[in-house]
Amino acid sequence: MNQKHKTITDSVSRLISELSKLPGIGPKSAQRLAYYLLRASEEEAGNLAEAISAIKTNTRLCSVCYNIADDQKCPVCSSTTREPGIICVVEQPQDILALEHVGIFEGVYHVLHGAIAPSDGIGINNIRIKELIKRIENGKISEVIIATNPTTEGETTALYLYRLISPMGIHVTRLARGLPFGTELEYADDVTLCRALEGRQDF
Amino acid sequence: MSCPREYQTEAVIIRKMRLGEADRIITLYTPFYGKLQAVAKAVCKPKSKLSGHLELLAYSQVTLARGKKLDTIIGSQTINSFLPLRKDLNITSCGLYLAELVNLFTAEADNIDNHHLFYLLVNTLERLSQGANSHSCLRYFEIQLLEQAGYRPQLKVCSSCHTPLKPVINTFCPATGGIICPRCSFKETVSYSISVNGLKVFRLFQDCDMSTALRLKLTGELNTELEGLIRNYCYYILEREIKSCVWLDNLK
Repeated sequence: MNQKHKTITDSVSRLISELSKLPGIGPKSAQRLAYYLLRASEEEAGNLAEAISAIKTNTRLCSVCYNIADDQKCPVCSSTTREPGIICVVEQPQDILALEHVGIFEGVYHVLHGAIAPSDGIGINNIRIKELIKRIENGKISEVIIATNPTTEGETTALYLYRLISPMGIHVTRLARGLPFGTELEYADDVTLCRALEGRQDF
Repeated sequence: MSCPREYQTEAVIIRKMRLGEADRIITLYTPFYGKLQAVAKAVCKPKSKLSGHLELLAYSQVTLARGKKLDTIIGSQTINSFLPLRKDLNITSCGLYLAELVNLFTAEADNIDNHHLFYLLVNTLERLSQGANSHSCLRYFEIQLLEQAGYRPQLKVCSSCHTPLKPVINTFCPATGGIICPRCSFKETVSYSISVNGLKVFRLFQDCDMSTALRLKLTGELNTELEGLIRNYCYYILEREIKSCVWLDNLK
């Protein structure tokens, strides 16, 4: 009789199953990570477990911009050197990291946590548009920079925000779109080339 | 004889889904292979040569490599990106609605030739981007889509007793797949009244070409009537809501 034996313990199998739920981690990578953690020191594994646990217990959304924060306000919103009258609207908290890495933006942010995607059922009530409008109404805002992704969903969100905010008499701008650094012109698509030509600048 | 490993096709991008860090699963609607799903690698990275040519609603020439489960997109060149459509919120939303309709009404299968539906989609997107009346465009598209998908409603005779319809207020019944006369209407529990003018437009859009349909400017009332009827019929066929409708209603 061909009887199938259990080859891995329940705890290892559970760890592999949990790790393979992470984005970009397949069953083989999960297995490799699980066996690495088995071999690692207790301290190393403990640190990882503690970091994962802390990310859920110690973080929250900033009450002003909805970025990830340790306290009620994120570091950008609690900073005294930032210009609170200029809001840069982004789709995800990761977008703030990319913009902050450049280090030239002095204003503050607002994270929508998504973009309008009608065919996926994501509308204005599923992302933080109402909170943005409330923030604009209550504060002295001089400019709103819409930095949603240059995708169809991002553009739809940008056009909708422009429709909502521009009647309030606030200067609404959109991040310039053009050719990414290091690419070749011949591979550019029509929309990018059109926007790059429209947004050309003097030397 | 085995199929060639690579093949090319025209396609409209009707849906995109995340796959891992920077990949996407793209749903393409093609004229001779029907609806296809394919993987586009690294399209979220800024230096991707494919990403701009694979944006939602783009009409592109796509090269695919056959895979075990999903094919992989290895090349893409835009044929028409419908530029004006991307600058107007209402028209973009109409385009997304068309893409969702095509996605819902078509099945993924090998080599289903439906070039009529493909060119209907391309022409409608083209007309929308040229500034044609969006109400007429959408209603014409919906009625033609129903025909291409095999759900052409019966509009000439009563779909219950088969007697010719009279120019009076009749009833549209999704269950019988068409109009029913006032005498039969009591038999059906779910039905919607249709005006004489509504029925005339419905019949015209079923049989005319797009240019003729777009010459007709639908009044708000007539458009609302036809929109409601078609939505109810689509809901009956699909047994689910069309998500983009909520967004289109939001914009009104």
